[in-house]
Amino acid sequence: MGALLTEAFITSLVFGAITAGVPLLLAGLGEQISEKSGVLNIGIEGMMLMGAYCGFAAAYYSGSFWAGFLFGGLGGAAVAVLMAVFCVRFGMNQIVIGIALTLGVEGLTALLHFFQFSRTYPRLGESGALRIPLLSDIPVLGSALFAHHPLVYLAVAVVFALGWVFRSTFIGFNLEAAGNKPSALDAAGVSVIATRVYAVLSTGFLAGIGGAYMANVGAGLFIPFMTGGAGFIGIVLAMLARGRPLWVLFGALLFGASLALTTALQVAGLNIPTDVVQMLPFAMVMLVLVIFGRHSYLPPALGHPYVRGER
Amino acid sequence: MTTGSERSDADTTQIRDSLLAVVRVLVPVFLALFVGALILLSFGKDPLTYYGYVISRGLFSPSGLEATITRIAPLLLIAAGLIVAFRAGIWNLGVDGQFLLASVVTAALAPVLMDSMPRGLTIVTCFAVSTAVAAAWSLLPAFLKVRYGINEIITTLMMSFLGISLSNVLVKIAFNDPSTTVPQTATLPVDERLPRLFDTTIHSGVLIALVALLLVHLMMTRTAFGLKLQVVGANPRAAVHTGLAVGKLTYATFAISAGLAGLAGSVEILGVWGTMRADWNPAYGLLVIPLVFLARFHGAATIGFVLFFAVLMIGGESASRRLGVPQYYVLVLVSLLLIFFALVEYLDQRWRKQARA
Amino acid sequence: MNTGSTDPAAAATAAHSGGGEGFVELRGITKRFPGVLANDDISLDFRPGEIHVLLGENGAGKSTLIGILAGMQQPDAGEIRVRGASVRIGSPRESLELGIGTVFQHVLLVQSLTVLENLMLGGAWWRRIDRDAALKRFRELSELLALEISPDALVGRLSLGQQQQVEIVRALWRGEGVLVLDEPTSMLTPEGVRELGQVMVRLRDEGVAIVFITHKLQEAYAFGDRISVLRLGKLVGSIDKERLSGMDEQAVTDEVIRLMFGSTEGHDQDAETLSGLGHRRPHLSAERQAEEPCLNLRAVSTQGDVGECPLQDVSFSLFPGEILGIAGVDGNGQKHLAEAVAGQRLAAQGEIFLEGAKIERLGVPDRRKLGIRYITDERLGEGTVGAFSVAHNVVMKEIGQPPLWRHGISLWDRIFAHARGQIREHDVRTPSERTPIGRLSGGNIQKVLLARELADDLVGEAKVVVFNKPTYGLDLQSTRFARDRIRRGAESGLATILISTELDELIELSDRIAVMFQGRLAGIVENGEGVEREIGLLMTGAAAA
Repeated sequence: MGALLTEAFITSLVFGAITAGVPLLLAGLGEQISEKSGVLNIGIEGMMLMGAYCGFAAAYYSGSFWAGFLFGGLGGAAVAVLMAVFCVRFGMNQIVIGIALTLGVEGLTALLHFFQFSRTYPRLGESGALRIPLLSDIPVLGSALFAHHPLVYLAVAVVFALGWVFRSTFIGFNLEAAGNKPSALDAAGVSVIATRVYAVLSTGFLAGIGGAYMANVGAGLFIPFMTGGAGFIGIVLAMLARGRPLWVLFGALLFGASLALTTALQVAGLNIPTDVVQMLPFAMVMLVLVIFGRHSYLPPALGHPYVRGER
Repeated sequence: MTTGSERSDADTTQIRDSLLAVVRVLVPVFLALFVGALILLSFGKDPLTYYGYVISRGLFSPSGLEATITRIAPLLLIAAGLIVAFRAGIWNLGVDGQFLLASVVTAALAPVLMDSMPRGLTIVTCFAVSTAVAAAWSLLPAFLKVRYGINEIITTLMMSFLGISLSNVLVKIAFNDPSTTVPQTATLPVDERLPRLFDTTIHSGVLIALVALLLVHLMMTRTAFGLKLQVVGANPRAAVHTGLAVGKLTYATFAISAGLAGLAGSVEILGVWGTMRADWNPAYGLLVIPLVFLARFHGAATIGFVLFFAVLMIGGESASRRLGVPQYYVLVLVSLLLIFFALVEYLDQRWRKQARA
Repeated sequence: MNTGSTDPAAAATAAHSGGGEGFVELRGITKRFPGVLANDDISLDFRPGEIHVLLGENGAGKSTLIGILAGMQQPDAGEIRVRGASVRIGSPRESLELGIGTVFQHVLLVQSLTVLENLMLGGAWWRRIDRDAALKRFRELSELLALEISPDALVGRLSLGQQQQVEIVRALWRGEGVLVLDEPTSMLTPEGVRELGQVMVRLRDEGVAIVFITHKLQEAYAFGDRISVLRLGKLVGSIDKERLSGMDEQAVTDEVIRLMFGSTEGHDQDAETLSGLGHRRPHLSAERQAEEPCLNLRAVSTQGDVGECPLQDVSFSLFPGEILGIAGVDGNGQKHLAEAVAGQRLAAQGEIFLEGAKIERLGVPDRRKLGIRYITDERLGEGTVGAFSVAHNVVMKEIGQPPLWRHGISLWDRIFAHARGQIREHDVRTPSERTPIGRLSGGNIQKVLLARELADDLVGEAKVVVFNKPTYGLDLQSTRFARDRIRRGAESGLATILISTELDELIELSDRIAVMFQGRLAGIVENGEGVEREIGLLMTGAAAA
């Protein structure tokens, strides 16, 4: 045990947890917005993947990481537009469309990758971490916590911003009402459809940035199917967080840590298969559910398209 | 008043209805192929050549047709399980984990049993054990749903991730065949696998799948148990009101649905591969879920959709080698088909509603 | 927004001098639904400083009219004028902006937000929340309405009556123009109804135009300055302010019944049902009650989820042939009582005896076999599966039982034949036994439920029947049919529990009436003269038995 707790191990673990956790965080936050408004956004996996591809392509051709994140977000939002039109506007089945979009994006990005990058497999350079003065000089944890790409700090800021939006803005009230009692929102003169459409678009944007971070900062390149279920983990995080962004942050770091644990263990000279470590967070969540099993809270209108006059 | 005109009205309605049914299938297929063609063109590939090749390989060449029909077996078994779950209102999104765990168990068990048992018994034992393992894997989500009302979408997804990782761990550590370079289980000799049908490469798992689907159909339409499941699915509160044992029915639904997914894995290993490689995950679950929806949980329609998609998959695999269009393109086509089918159904319902008004 | 009409004097003058002038004028409103003409050429005025009662039975077109006023539905023809200007109310927002506030029959509040947050709902999303201004407005309206609700209370934790008060506040939030109340008294105690009346009078005197929708004659007389009667989508007549002030209750009743049915003679039964003056049953004699009771509850308590009212320590006896009415404001534990008797919810504590045998551990199917039947108030919510056929629903409580099933195999021919028999016997109007039950009218769905629960041919004899709000939402004919069934059942010896929020119904049918308050039986009284007052007191929890 003592050998494990070396500086290098801890630094590598915490740093890795954050790098792996940020995409999950953004996806989880995004999904949380959708779920609050009553849309179960199964298409988030596709939105992340599209974000990863668009983000990588934009960063590769422009040379700017920020352009990468912007286009990653827009790519995710573009997939979300389809989700919004079909599921929110038309009221089509959210699970069918969500899965269909995910499959389509998987195929499309893999094709694009095949025709564009499969011969050269280009990589991006260093992402340019922002070392926060003083804080990043703290021994062991300093460089693990305070030497990341600025987007990481921005993502954490989004957690608190979202908490504020949910609690004390009209947007937060509208989202809550759209998921809890859409007819009340309608009667108050706010369009339920529009509220949900914006919610789904925000989800796409955040998930897209998360995907872009995964490709550009985490891996430095785009690989087909690279999100590998991260979007679904986002759904799990959002459902477990019961509407609280801070819980998404904790959850994302926990999942991130377990993803990073393999690498960190290798640094520490231990070789435990990735698969075992990857099971940890899920096993832990299931265990928590069994031991502290409570009725999980989900918005009453989750998954139901809104039609005026029907209850 | 005039019965004659009423009858001819009925006739025309009937003709119109069957025409509409054909249109409802053809329009989305055409739209998906059209948009797909645009995508192919944008990559500089000729869509007509591609489509022609896919169909001739997937459907009209003997080996392609055999591969297509072989591919149907696991898809139909998974679909049969999903029909039960969805009809009972349970979202089993953990099919892939259940499928893979059952696959590992079969792949590990079969070579060992083979030494001491005749082939038939080996196969039946493998089926039974892997089905039971998959069903057991769904026990926890079922418990959490019955006991605490925890949404099964999250729990089955999580158990699926767990199951995928666990099956990899089992292949790499517990059942690894040391004689191979890539981590995989010991290989079952071809003559110990599922019997082939006639002189083809099609294995008898296809028959098992068709029988399973038929049994599920009969169970849902002809038995009290099936009707009870449908009451739970259509209105859980009515199920409580009528005094159905909702908890037990929920456990049963999870077990059947996961068990059939497990049987699919077992059939795929015993029928096609004879071994399980590490990191093998065909992810059939994600594909079959929307198909079952499009078929409106109906058995015969499910066979149609599954056959169609199997042709695309097999034809697409050949085309990727031959025409330089990666197999991923099939995913795009599948996605387009799903979207257009759903869209046409939506528009159709809307028009009908307007027509009634 | 409506500075003119908030001045009472100006409003009063406008109301008196204008004659045909109203705050809101409807001209020739027509609305069609598939197969129904919901509103047929309706013209009405709603004037400041006046309570305008819209009276009509269920299905008369009241709700459609409100939907149109609230911007939820658009009329197919006709004109709406607000303050003289022709308008199109295309959405709920436009309705609110025109000064029309609506309190719907079903609560439209977000349970997971606070009172104040609910009231602020609908603000433009880019605006900052001005809590202080909202709080000021809330205080203002609280004072006007004489309410005592905390603005920071979570709506989900308020009683239904309080939630309705919040809805009234919300309806007035953007200005006191027109207040539309859709059947507002159905979930109030007599005391609550009185308070609501006071609130309405106060608002009327402030110059608010109040539209009060009801199907109860007494309320129309008690609150209305003007009464308009709707029937089958048509406006069949009005009694204006001048005439109404010169009439007594009997005269108004006669007039309304004449309007609704053309004469006071021909439709005696409808009139009786409507005015709550139906024949009272001869009460069960005291000797009968000395016999062995059929059903006994001893100190039964249940556990409930958030928002439910569990039973606490409920005890009573029920005798064969007796109808025990259960009165009380909705949500005081009636639902748990019904479910605890039916076996749908197991008692956490206490004992239940059926003819001396303990049954509190048995589930629904076992109790059903022993003769306990339950007709739920949520016909589509839990009583039926709307997408399934009438036949499916008729046999829904017998799935797997012979003779309709053999070894778990469905004998569909027998099932459909059985359903056809039940449909004939109970006069269910349905195109076929294979029609999805959700397409039938409320009255016909109720007949299917009555057929399922009261039939004796499949599971043996019924002994105890629980009716939960059996006539809720039904038209007059179906109401009468259901009440007849209850009465006939009791006469044939069924021990009956009748849960209702309609006092008239309880008084018409019951031998004894028990009152539920906050999960307890506040008391049981013999039905008879002056029982209304006693019940009213018990309902508020003011008196303990």
